[in-house]
Amino acid sequence: MSAILPPSERLWWKHPLDRLEATWIIIAFVWCMIMFFMMVFWHVYGKQNLATETYKTNPALFMSQTQAFVDKWTVRTETDQKIPVVAPPEGADIYLIARLWSWWPILELEKGKTYKLHLTAMDYNHGFSLQPTNINIQVVPGYEHVIKITPNESGTFSIVCNEYCGIGHHEMVSRLYVK
Amino acid sequence: MAVHTTYRTCPRSGLQFEDQAEKLIKINAVTAIVALLVGGLLAIGVVLTRWPAVHWLPADTFYMVLTAHGLDMLIYWMIFFEVAVLYFAASTLLRCRIATPGIAWLGYALMLAGAVINNIAVFRGDSSVMMTSYVPMMAHWSFYLGLIVFAVGALVACGVFFGTLVVAKREKTYEGSVPLVTFGAITAAIIAVFTLLSGAIILIPTFLMSVGVLKNVDPLVYRVIWWALGHSSQQINVATHISIWYAVAAIAFGAKPMSERVSRGAFLLYILFLQLASAHHILADPGVSTEWKIVNTSYFMYFAVLASMIHALSIPGAMEVAQRARGFNKGLFEWLRKAPWGNPVFSSVFISLVGFGFLGGISGVMMGTEQLNLLIHNTIYVPGHFHATVVVGSTLTFMGLTYFLIPVLFRREIISPDLARIQPYFFGFAMYFFCLVMMGAGTLGVSRRHWDMAFSGHALAYEWPGAAYLMMGLVGIGGVVAIIGGALFVYIVLGSLLFGKKLDTGAVSPHFTPVQRAAPTIAAQTYGSAGFVAPGTFVLAMVFLLAFVLYYFVNWKYLSQLWGLS
Repeated sequence: MSAILPPSERLWWKHPLDRLEATWIIIAFVWCMIMFFMMVFWHVYGKQNLATETYKTNPALFMSQTQAFVDKWTVRTETDQKIPVVAPPEGADIYLIARLWSWWPILELEKGKTYKLHLTAMDYNHGFSLQPTNINIQVVPGYEHVIKITPNESGTFSIVCNEYCGIGHHEMVSRLYVK
Repeated sequence: MAVHTTYRTCPRSGLQFEDQAEKLIKINAVTAIVALLVGGLLAIGVVLTRWPAVHWLPADTFYMVLTAHGLDMLIYWMIFFEVAVLYFAASTLLRCRIATPGIAWLGYALMLAGAVINNIAVFRGDSSVMMTSYVPMMAHWSFYLGLIVFAVGALVACGVFFGTLVVAKREKTYEGSVPLVTFGAITAAIIAVFTLLSGAIILIPTFLMSVGVLKNVDPLVYRVIWWALGHSSQQINVATHISIWYAVAAIAFGAKPMSERVSRGAFLLYILFLQLASAHHILADPGVSTEWKIVNTSYFMYFAVLASMIHALSIPGAMEVAQRARGFNKGLFEWLRKAPWGNPVFSSVFISLVGFGFLGGISGVMMGTEQLNLLIHNTIYVPGHFHATVVVGSTLTFMGLTYFLIPVLFRREIISPDLARIQPYFFGFAMYFFCLVMMGAGTLGVSRRHWDMAFSGHALAYEWPGAAYLMMGLVGIGGVVAIIGGALFVYIVLGSLLFGKKLDTGAVSPHFTPVQRAAPTIAAQTYGSAGFVAPGTFVLAMVFLLAFVLYYFVNWKYLSQLWGLS
């Protein structure tokens, strides 16, 4: 019953290390190092790394930037709410607002082209969840997150809010088109 | 110093309980089980609403019930029970009177008051902000006040624990160093102090904001500091349940740690590095740099992972050595086949250990990898992971310890011992299944904390793939079975405490008997193979590593198919 009794030797840190534990510690340590280098490796060679370019913003400022973007590139509107569908050119700065309880506007992108997505929340925390691709990013109010995205497949995608944002949380869903 | 108290020696275990400590351990453990009962009832609402074919509660009730379920399980059930374990590890294992029992009762009163205030705030219906309560979404001020009062009470309890260690040292109730289990409890208490102070740093300003004194708490700063509370509180659970694993290995097998140095060193790694694992909740956030994310989640977190991997080998290894010494020495696994599988104290712990490693551990490391986090952030994979760590890991372990404490501490015979024999299997395997299908649904992208995956009536509704609906249906079924398993536990425990046959008290004395040291080990190895004292455990560890490596790289493969992000 020695785990619940004081150890026989007072200086427990001098207790010998047996071969079993020593071997396992070495294996486990090597595996932890592999996992560590995998993250760094992916930053150098991988294509999916979340950018951390961030600016402080506020709802009024971000709204005016998004409005200008929408005015410039809207191609049509959808649903009864007349949500603009915006088709920006390659390399453009594109804006997406998360607010209670909608995403605005709808983006229409092209496969294989790269865009600079500016993302923020106007009120509470929201969660950008692109489905069925399954890319998930936290959207924090007051912070404008700039991410370069390159769609690699065409089709109709959905953006689901996956951070709880109040009673209408489950109604917060939108589209994203890739041609 | 003359303190008037008595010490009871349990005739069944030989443990010595001081009168005040015994009462405090009992009240904290019983309160914890009441919280578990409330949380379990709430789980019915959560599970039956997320089961798409049932979809039981209306949205506002669902979010309220989910908030209360998280708080009652993750905070009140866990921490009340942990306070009981701390007092047990300090007072009972060291045979010492508890320091300042009056203050310990004050701590308990504060914790209880805080828990009640907080629960009332949630059930009023205007504080459905989830356990995380991310600003600027605000709850009623009494929500934060309840949490703060509870945290103060828990800090007082930690203080009493440390005080008891000082008394034990001064009054020489033990010789040499504290036992390993007490050492583990000390690490839990140190992490608890860090955790509760982080909670105070962020919840006090949030409380002030809720009453209108402060204008603003930055949402990102809130998230970073809140997770120093939110994740570290899980480290208290881990340090506590691993201490209990060592205790149960000692109680069920008379096993002694393979190496005190290794096991204690691993506990020290928890203190040094595990708090920093809270950073892995911020991996999908803006505003913190890539370097910060990588340093905190890899370099620091992996030392904590290393510590868990060490415990995962050392505990079954110690059991194997003890069993082999008893003669169960045939082949690789006779020691395991001949383990006391009918004893719920042991079976709970073993099911917990395996599930915590395979389901909770591997998924946790996957989620904590910066890029892989993109795949699962805020999906139902996350609750799948933490039910594997907190429920399979901590709750099941606490259940096992409770089965030990019913005759030893509460002096009652367990009613329906047959039910108690199967309960750990029933609950444990239902929970394994529940966690697996939740992770399955999360891999398909299904959101956590979401009332309606069908987006009924929405013009832009997203149609989840059929497999996602199937997985969520299985989540519903697995959840219901697990709740029944939990209900069996509550029935057995409360039934035994109220109606179980009373057992004899044992000798009561006004003095403690000092604890003796463990007998020194004879170093010579007489069993095992290839120079390994516990070859069976080593084989199991290699199976674990293989599963870990495969699953880890499968997820990188999955990630590599996503859209380009930079």
